[in-house]
Amino acid sequence: MEATRRRAIRDGLLQSAGILVALALSAVVLLGMGVSPWEAAARLVGGAFSSPGDIASVLRTWAPVLLCSAGLLLTFSAGMWNIGIEGQVVMGAVCTTGALRLLQGVLPPWAALLLSALAGLVGGALWGALAGALRLYGNVNEIFGGLGLNFIANGLTVYLVLGPWGRPGSASTSGTEPFPRALWLPAFPGFDVSPYEVALGLLAIAAVAIVLRGTYFGLRLKAIGQSLRAAFLLGVPTASHLMAAFFFCGACGGLAGWVLVVGASTRHQLYPLISGGYGFLGVLVVMLANRRAGWVLPISFFFAAIAMGSVGLDSSLAGVIQGLLVLGVLFSQGLQRRYLPREEGS
Amino acid sequence: MRVELRDIHKHFGPVKANDGISLRVEPGTIHALLGENGAGKSTLMKVLSGYLQPDRGTILLDGKPVAIRSPAEGIAHGVGMLHQDPLDFPALSVLDNFVLGSPGPLFLDRRRARRELERLCAALDFRLEPEAPVSSLSIGERQQLEIVRLLWLGAQVLILDEPTTAISAQQKAKLFAALRALAGQGKTIVFVSHKLQEVEELCGPVTVLARGRVAGEVEMPCSPERLVRLMFGQAIATGKRAPVPPGEPVLELERLTVSDWRLEVRDLSLTVRAGEVIGLAGLEGSGQRLLLQACAGLLRPTSGRVRLAGRDLTGRPYRHFLEAGVAYMPGGRLGEGLIPGLTIAEHVALSERSRSFLVDWRAAARSAAERIRHYQIRGEPATPVEALSGGNQQRTLLGLLPPSLRLLLLEHPTRGLDLESTEAIWSLLDERTRRGTAILFASADLDELLDRSDRILVFFGGRVVEMDARTTTVEQLGERIGGRGFD
Repeated sequence: MEATRRRAIRDGLLQSAGILVALALSAVVLLGMGVSPWEAAARLVGGAFSSPGDIASVLRTWAPVLLCSAGLLLTFSAGMWNIGIEGQVVMGAVCTTGALRLLQGVLPPWAALLLSALAGLVGGALWGALAGALRLYGNVNEIFGGLGLNFIANGLTVYLVLGPWGRPGSASTSGTEPFPRALWLPAFPGFDVSPYEVALGLLAIAAVAIVLRGTYFGLRLKAIGQSLRAAFLLGVPTASHLMAAFFFCGACGGLAGWVLVVGASTRHQLYPLISGGYGFLGVLVVMLANRRAGWVLPISFFFAAIAMGSVGLDSSLAGVIQGLLVLGVLFSQGLQRRYLPREEGS
Repeated sequence: MRVELRDIHKHFGPVKANDGISLRVEPGTIHALLGENGAGKSTLMKVLSGYLQPDRGTILLDGKPVAIRSPAEGIAHGVGMLHQDPLDFPALSVLDNFVLGSPGPLFLDRRRARRELERLCAALDFRLEPEAPVSSLSIGERQQLEIVRLLWLGAQVLILDEPTTAISAQQKAKLFAALRALAGQGKTIVFVSHKLQEVEELCGPVTVLARGRVAGEVEMPCSPERLVRLMFGQAIATGKRAPVPPGEPVLELERLTVSDWRLEVRDLSLTVRAGEVIGLAGLEGSGQRLLLQACAGLLRPTSGRVRLAGRDLTGRPYRHFLEAGVAYMPGGRLGEGLIPGLTIAEHVALSERSRSFLVDWRAAARSAAERIRHYQIRGEPATPVEALSGGNQQRTLLGLLPPSLRLLLLEHPTRGLDLESTEAIWSLLDERTRRGTAILFASADLDELLDRSDRILVFFGGRVVEMDARTTTVEQLGERIGGRGFD
């Protein structure tokens, strides 16, 4: 018990040390560019939190990252690198758009929104299951399978936007015909974020945290992630559980795609590259959180804030800082594995 | 080149793989390094060739002390090692593999390399097609390629680690002829083996290792009895096991053939009754694992039938074997048997194969605590399994087995454990046999095989003979394991 706690504390300290090193490195980069790190930090925080509008935009960025991270917690726990999350977000957006095109004007807006959410969820889930099936039955590494499926999903978007779903008369890659305001998620007046999108993200994280902590499904996923062979020998149905992990991860990604179409302040249309890198950001978040659901909340919020705050800054800087942070933390995790092997019994 | 090793120590955690080994190998000889699995042969040779760094000790080449920090440095000093499994690049051609690792200039002189390859092959009577992909070569041919490659790189000392495990008789004859020719040219050959007949046939001086130390040095010819005694120690079989009256047949194998990419166990028929204990003897990788995995439903037999308690389960998934009361405890305790990162309580919850959705963690912890008491595991429900010692990991594995079992398949159940833990494991296993569980276990420990089994199956290169554990001596068993009486 005591040893476990000591190890947890040690790992936490090392993780924080990695973040500090990364921040110091970012400061060096800023100094090299002739920018005062303090001023940059002030601008970052200011850009993210100086007005209600800024805070709203941080929250709007946060929601899809939360959804993607929730799904990825499942696949990461099972030891799978679901890089295909981007494509799953895209397919969610595609199915959402398809459903709305069919249902708008036919059903009342709330019903159309609800059904389109279901469509997005199923679209993402099936796209995720496809990555899982390729891995399990086609022996395609999930990283490469996922990349391939991402390309296909994006190609499909371009085809739809230019072709069958193009704007009448002037189809262009800028997107499909935007949906009317009735089909937007309602926002607070003057605070341009919908409570539904943030709540959905938080709900997804909470649900995944409960699943991982308290259910047989979560326990089995963790077992598979630690040792597929041992889990199989212990009698865990590994194939069905891996498929389920991909399916549910895709479902979360699909919901993120739904949010990106119907959210309070999005473009309310389908357009190429709609996933906007939120899926990849989710991968980084879950990696940094070391697969712990509790850590996902602050880390993803931090990334959302950096992304928004840097709008006022040189925007290339945000990418540099994000990259340094990720590399710093991963580097400290690597050092941990290399120099602090888990204590073995005597 | 004369090779001298002085007082080599190499520890892996608590295991002393090499515990002060000194050895001298003269040029122009084929020197055998003989010993059972885990005696420290491979470790010693990896130290000599630069794959491992010794904790202590000196290597002298032609009287000069040298430090060999990597295989590349080994080759630069003239020491080359052939591994048990060829470490080549199957997708590349023979010629590409041949030139790989050559320190030459940036641009390869492929034409010169090709001439060298053909010259070396001709000298040793090897037939290798330079443009053939290595994946099309047999294991024996890949070995030949590795030998000429090492010679081209300037190896004066050639180490061969169990080179005959997976090659045909003709290839073996060709290999031996080549080794004799090389020794005749003054090269130093170290032949690592556990096969008595090969050592008798090929080698002059023999160094026998046992438990990380030199057990003896002899010059061939020498009686196999003496070699066996050096390899396995002086222990005398007593047949301590109180026989359990065997019951109904639990496991029936009918002309079973199982194989993997290098080995085949052919046409094995066997009936095991309730309460019986069958020991599987033989050097590691002689087919014991194939048999265990076929009985567990983890490996589909090429032909033949597997019946459990009268039901034909041939070709059924592992799940059905589990449901029929079969359990398999693999040799790798961590990573194969237990899941690193999870606690004992989490393992208990996993092993219960519950159908409910939520885990009752309190019940799991209670059940874990109960098993910890019953199996005398030194740990707590919340202890991660990798923090347990080997003996406690093994007891945890036993504690995870379902209460009633028809057939228990074990790989090296007491490997690396001290006497006390070994006794504890076997008293738990004996308790199971009294309740009618049949046990098949693979072991490298001759005393354990003779003391704990009713019958012993000896495996040699996939072939199997049966021996009665009560009337067999350690010497007889050791000779059989070394391949006597299989041809």
